[in-house]
Amino acid sequence: MITLTINGREIQTPRGSTILETCQAAGIPVPTLCYDPDLRLAGSCRMCLVEVKGRPLFVASCVTPAENGMVIETDSPDIVEARKVILELLAARHNFNCQVCEKNGDCKFQDYCYQYGVKDSRFEEGGRHLYPIDDPNPFLERDYNKCIMCTRCVRACEDITVARAINVKNRGHNAKISTFLDGNLSDSPCVFCGQCVMVCPVGALTSKVSAGLGRCYEVEKVLTTCTYCGTGCTLELNVKDDKVVGVTSNRTVEGSPVNKGALCVKGRFGWDFINSPDRLTTPLIKENGQFREASWDEALDLVAKRLGEIKAQHGADSIALFSSARVTNEENYLAQKFTRAVLGTNNVDHCARL
Amino acid sequence: MAAEMRIVLRNADQINPDKIEDYVQAGGYKALEKARSMARTDLIAEVKKSNLRGRGGAGFNAGMKWSFVPEAPVKYVVCNLDEGEPGTYKDRTIVEKDPQRLLEGMAICGHAINSNQGYIYCRGEYPYVVDLLRRAIDQARSSGVLGDFNIEVRMGGGAYVCGEETALIESIEGHRGEPRFKPPFPGVSGLWDKPTVVNNVETFANLPDIVMRGGAWFASIGTPSYPGTKVLTLTGDVVNRIPIEVPTNTTIREVIFDFGGGIRGGKKFKAVQIGGTSGGFIPESLLDTPIDADSMRNIGATLGTGAVLVMDETRDIIDIVTRISKFFEHESCGKCNPCREGTFRAYEIMKKINKGQAAPADLDKLALLSRVMTKACLCGLGQAAPGPILTTMEHFKAEYQARLQI
Repeated sequence: MITLTINGREIQTPRGSTILETCQAAGIPVPTLCYDPDLRLAGSCRMCLVEVKGRPLFVASCVTPAENGMVIETDSPDIVEARKVILELLAARHNFNCQVCEKNGDCKFQDYCYQYGVKDSRFEEGGRHLYPIDDPNPFLERDYNKCIMCTRCVRACEDITVARAINVKNRGHNAKISTFLDGNLSDSPCVFCGQCVMVCPVGALTSKVSAGLGRCYEVEKVLTTCTYCGTGCTLELNVKDDKVVGVTSNRTVEGSPVNKGALCVKGRFGWDFINSPDRLTTPLIKENGQFREASWDEALDLVAKRLGEIKAQHGADSIALFSSARVTNEENYLAQKFTRAVLGTNNVDHCARL
Repeated sequence: MAAEMRIVLRNADQINPDKIEDYVQAGGYKALEKARSMARTDLIAEVKKSNLRGRGGAGFNAGMKWSFVPEAPVKYVVCNLDEGEPGTYKDRTIVEKDPQRLLEGMAICGHAINSNQGYIYCRGEYPYVVDLLRRAIDQARSSGVLGDFNIEVRMGGGAYVCGEETALIESIEGHRGEPRFKPPFPGVSGLWDKPTVVNNVETFANLPDIVMRGGAWFASIGTPSYPGTKVLTLTGDVVNRIPIEVPTNTTIREVIFDFGGGIRGGKKFKAVQIGGTSGGFIPESLLDTPIDADSMRNIGATLGTGAVLVMDETRDIIDIVTRISKFFEHESCGKCNPCREGTFRAYEIMKKINKGQAAPADLDKLALLSRVMTKACLCGLGQAAPGPILTTMEHFKAEYQARLQI
């Protein structure tokens, strides 16, 4: 352990911690935009700047190791002034349309502008970007007029999904997140996992599927396991008025031990079937070439009866069960148990072996 | 009149740069032989004793930098020949006149840190220098003087920020030229995350003489805190627009009026900007300052790369600073917020001032922005970009005031 002084308080922290980690563990709030504990560090938003005694420049706390004996101020007047200027510089490029923004209430930039009292930007003269926002894909809305260039999306795409669909193009004020040759996502290596949406601190990247269906403060988040496959990813169903209106990530180790919030296109965007009128909600029995609705008892009785007849007539090995990789592990376990213990055959397989 | 003192340019125009034999005849590669006979720690101690400080701009003690490099199976020596600083042509001059000297300096460093691989990152606008260097490397390799030390040349793509050592490393690795945060410093984790010494051409070029004549000899030249010579490149409204190599206790006045021959066309001096585009503007009253890095820092200026841009009485300071702001707006890589947006807004405000449309509040805003950028930006580019604005606001305040909208 090493000892340092933050805002006049003596604090102990493990050797190797950053200043930011030390502050977070001690309950000292430090604003961050580009920092994400699951991503490679960037140190670029400069919101987490602090003053370290004896150092001529401000240091970015997210990338600066805590050192024994450091004397740190996290909220000195100079630091607050610098953060305000940075927020104002970003405000001069950010398209504030919070009233219709999907991220209203769940936006770090909005929170910091509120916290630091940034109503207008002193730097607003010209130079506002007017990027087109049409990207004809069904999942991701990309509005770079709201982008604050934290590059969390780029790092998530590279570090978590390893798709490397996006990066920064151009320099300086014209730097912009872009696919290769700034084309559509569908023509890029993008797999529409939406990890970029998960990490975006503002409303630049949002889900088209959830658009207009509810704000973060209107929904109840129900932690559950994705049923699309056997991986067992945890996700949060966003429920409003008893309807699923979106999926968000729980990124804690406890809440999401398998995937730490990362999802695939199906888990993140493929939930609209839940309330689809086309969805089967009762068993169907085929009679004379026509389906009719039936109760579960009736349907299961019929299946049990017919399987029993086949087994009696042709033997258990005349039956095989073919399961799927696209169900949960628990369901596959039950399927093989049922096949072996109930039907009495080892003829069980599933599509992942094809 | 003060005299030139040539160390890194000693062979300039005396030998054929395309013939390694000429260099060897002039005493070349003796220093490498001597260095290799020394224990690594002794060699580093000798360079430390010379107090040779980096000639690329930051002025860090070279021997000290080397001593931070940990033991590792793979290490690299990287030479910064990006020379993107406007008005600077010293590295090009050194290499054009005496390329083997650079190779020898790099190999000496290679021995000191136990590395057998060097890279020269050459400015993309110097393709003929790349050709010259490759020929020089071929000659050195086939004559065997480099031993097992291998050197390759990499070309830049024209980005100013790639002169920053970590952006340079990113560029060699094939990535977008953006600076990394520090620590870790390249000495510990640099090129391909391996310990890497990055030094400027002029720094490496000083090494053969330091090894041959000893650290104490070098330390006795010029200003003790920044000893040796410095190659300066004179540009602007000065009679002699030439490169010169002078001891570091030479004053700015001597540089401009003795070596430079004074102001062109019999006009009066107005200002000089030293060290490159981000250097401070120096008025007449400070001309007796020695050029060493510390003395320059004490007057709010920089020695930087040693570019000397002289401006006569007819020059419009506001217009010049506006153009400088445009340069930084164009060259900011866009990684960190205060530089990406700050250089853009600084240029915007400077344009407004230049057009006579600014109010006093705009000056306050510009000063605030400049102050924040100086302390908050990720790398030296953004930190130094406001230098010309802040120093001209101090020394040429009247010109700003005169341009304000009443």
